[in-house]
Amino acid sequence: MNFLSRVFRGQGPSSSVIAKERLQLVLVHDRVKISPGMLDRMKDELITVISRYVEIQADAVEVTLTQSKRQSRLVANIPVVGPVRRPGTKRSTGGAGAADGSTFMA
Amino acid sequence: MSATAITITSGKGGVGKTTTTANLGVALAVLGKRVVTIDADIGLRNLDMVMGLENRIVYDLVDVVEGRCRLRQALIRDKRLTELHLLPAAQTRDKTAVSPEQMVEVCNQLRPAFDFILIDSPAGIEQGFKNAIAPADQVIIVTTPEVSAVRDADRIVGLIEAGEKGTPRLILNRLNPDMVRRGQMLSQMDVLEILAIDLLGIIPEDRQVVISTNQGLPLALDGKSPAGQAFRNIAGRLMGQAIPIMALEPEGMLTRLARAIWK
Repeated sequence: MNFLSRVFRGQGPSSSVIAKERLQLVLVHDRVKISPGMLDRMKDELITVISRYVEIQADAVEVTLTQSKRQSRLVANIPVVGPVRRPGTKRSTGGAGAADGSTFMA
Repeated sequence: MSATAITITSGKGGVGKTTTTANLGVALAVLGKRVVTIDADIGLRNLDMVMGLENRIVYDLVDVVEGRCRLRQALIRDKRLTELHLLPAAQTRDKTAVSPEQMVEVCNQLRPAFDFILIDSPAGIEQGFKNAIAPADQVIIVTTPEVSAVRDADRIVGLIEAGEKGTPRLILNRLNPDMVRRGQMLSQMDVLEILAIDLLGIIPEDRQVVISTNQGLPLALDGKSPAGQAFRNIAGRLMGQAIPIMALEPEGMLTRLARAIWK
């Protein structure tokens, strides 16, 4: 009886799988006390600050909250397109500055 | 030999704290331990009813704290299990009638005379919870396998760990193996992965719980009930015995058929 009902039921994850995913997502934010909205604002400010030191691909920046066991992590993944330069100095002319698509992890 | 004070809390209401407190108290007393249960839910007392002692209340926790009676006068001794006592809550006051310091003081007075002090915490994270946690040597968190209960339990874990009461342990209540098998309920693995604290025990969903509360006869006394056995196992673990978690089999077809016929 159960086999048949499983065959005729539609595809898609079971409700317990959905529950688990929703819980994990909501708890990551509950635990660090950062709402998704705050995370966005933090990301914008991060982009501003990092941009003073390196040229980055602002639209490809990812800031996420992850966790394993009860340890939460804030992970920023920031694609870098230019060489590192000191704040306030112009980039030097000469060949060295090719975008190499390297990524700066913070 | 001084008592171990254990607070049973949850965050979410209605997940089984009072039922757990009553049944663990009974199970420990059956095993020969001297136990006092304390109802910390001032204003909404229920531990007395679940233990079947509601007609015997003369004085309560607030009377003790405000000096209208001695602690001994407020303790109700269970007639069936003479090693089991209850310190009831007041019904006409609220959680502000008692402070965490006063709870610690009451428990200190009880410690010499008992092996276990079980404190039934109210739901929430406010004064009542703080009162219940203050005297605890150990904390048990009760949750059911539902999103709201687990979310609230997680908050409590954080509060307990921040309050330097050690790491709480989990009782997973009302687990329904059939629903878990069908993917309709979070499994024990799911809940443990999310909360990441040690498991003290699992109580299966059991109709006998309501029946036993109706009668005021805690089901840890009932030899046949799976939930009763689960409570007895947890009591054993609290005493340091290594008891494996009960295997919970989903009902087979024949069992379901029989239940439908004889309902």
